[in-house]
Amino acid sequence: MSDQFDVRYIAQLARLDLSDAEIAKFQSQLGQVLSHVEKLGKVDVAAVEPTAHANQIVNVFREDEPRDWFTPEIALANAPRSANGLFIVPKVIE
Amino acid sequence: MSLTLLSICELRRKLRSREASPPEALDALETRIGKVEPVIHGYLSRDYAAARALAEKADVNLPLGGVPIAIKDVINVSGEPCSCGSRILDGYKANYDATVIAKLRTAGAIPFGRCNMDEFAMGSSTENSAFGRSCNPWDPSRVPGGSSGGSAAVVAANEAFAALGSDTGGSIRQPAALCGCVGLKPTYGRVSRFGLVAFASSLDQIGPFTKTVGDAALLLNAISGRDPLDSTSLDEPVPDYGGLLGRDLRGVKLGMPREYFISGIDPQVDAAVRTAIRQYESLGAEIIEVSLPQTEHAVGVYYIIATAEASANLARFDGVRYGARAGAGNILEMYGRTREEGFGPEVKRRIILGTYVLSSGYYDAYYLRAQKVRTLIRDDFTRAFEKVDAIICPTTPEPAFKAGDRSDDPLKMYLADIFTIACNLAGTCGMSIPCGFAETDGTKLPVGLQLIGQPFQEARLLQIAHAYEQSTDWHKAAAPI
Repeated sequence: MSDQFDVRYIAQLARLDLSDAEIAKFQSQLGQVLSHVEKLGKVDVAAVEPTAHANQIVNVFREDEPRDWFTPEIALANAPRSANGLFIVPKVIE
Repeated sequence: MSLTLLSICELRRKLRSREASPPEALDALETRIGKVEPVIHGYLSRDYAAARALAEKADVNLPLGGVPIAIKDVINVSGEPCSCGSRILDGYKANYDATVIAKLRTAGAIPFGRCNMDEFAMGSSTENSAFGRSCNPWDPSRVPGGSSGGSAAVVAANEAFAALGSDTGGSIRQPAALCGCVGLKPTYGRVSRFGLVAFASSLDQIGPFTKTVGDAALLLNAISGRDPLDSTSLDEPVPDYGGLLGRDLRGVKLGMPREYFISGIDPQVDAAVRTAIRQYESLGAEIIEVSLPQTEHAVGVYYIIATAEASANLARFDGVRYGARAGAGNILEMYGRTREEGFGPEVKRRIILGTYVLSSGYYDAYYLRAQKVRTLIRDDFTRAFEKVDAIICPTTPEPAFKAGDRSDDPLKMYLADIFTIACNLAGTCGMSIPCGFAETDGTKLPVGLQLIGQPFQEARLLQIAHAYEQSTDWHKAAAPI
């Protein structure tokens, strides 16, 4: 399984522009971690339910009513680029 | 005696009897910080003027009235930076208080100072901070632990009366052990995570670093409770966490997990912990051997689940709405370069690992399987807690290591978390308290004793910790700085 671990491809999925040196280093370091983790393959989990959260709470709802939170000014306060109440980004659609 | 040597309980007495004032307490801290921060580097920033203004108006009759509390730089405090130890949040200033901060303010406390940490809480030494490492007050050439290393260091160096940190795989308990202070991770869902920058959403909890167990009870009371803004926080009633302190240990059963007393533990750590366990027996507790058979898989399960959740949680750092943005290029180049330039190597490693284990074709083999083994780990604890009130064991296999010792070997760093990780996976509460010292090259290094309690039984856990603390002098030892 860990020989199919392609750091370059994963980096693309994760939107990380890794350098070639980083890719090589991580391939080796994470390869070691994955080898350690392979041991989990031996555990008998046939009849076991997964635990996503420690507490089995479900359906935590609130009333569907609007409430005050950030104003647009506050929401934009940390923006690297903003104008007209909008976050400015490079063109998304060609 | 300088005010900075006091615990919160002692400070409170002086504030309420008017022997000292909140501005004096803050000023004493600021003087102490000026003296030792050049060595410790526990704080990334502090807003003395804002804290002083609050100190002048403080109501000392509130539970934490006038008491400054240092905050790990991962918890949002309105108007202050929240760097998470990362360059990717350069320039960010919080526009709101985390729920724990709002609760601290209601209790009269003054958030003061942003504590250094491993970047995005990923690490066990605070060497992964983008702003330089923090130093262990007992030996500055050694690490204070991580990821809440700054928080632990400032409390241990008496640069803070107490601090808040966060614990995902041991990031409160491990630095508390290495720095010789008290560190408590509450049961998952006990304390709101609203305003805590998320690392692993099913594992993170905020908790206190303090000089004494009594102070930890005070802080836990101040920050606990269901929060409508955190749907994973539970509607469990908040008892008086100090209510059982001082009760003796007759009838208390403590479990020694055989898998936690293995070869490979530093002999001085092993000796100190076993001596503490004998001390517990002399105090009336019954020691029972228990087994947590899934222990060997805890690190593997954690590094799948935590990294998977982190890869999702850190997707928001993309240069669009806050923090740093890499210039030029189209939108994908902006994302890719912003994250490449803004994140450090450990964060990138974990995002890569987490993305991989969630990716198509691998999700079942890794993430889903890890979640099933997590159930087994949790069941181990449930079974043990049928026989004992708390589990007793070392917090770490070794005392504080030298800076640079592990930073080139991620797997070695990960394996150091072996005793703290399972508690987060099971979701229950745990704390580290000082239980002695190891000596290396003529330097005394603290050793931490870990107590893991039943879910939502923090009052009992604190009672058990307090009884030992009060029968020893470890909590009175001060770092030689």
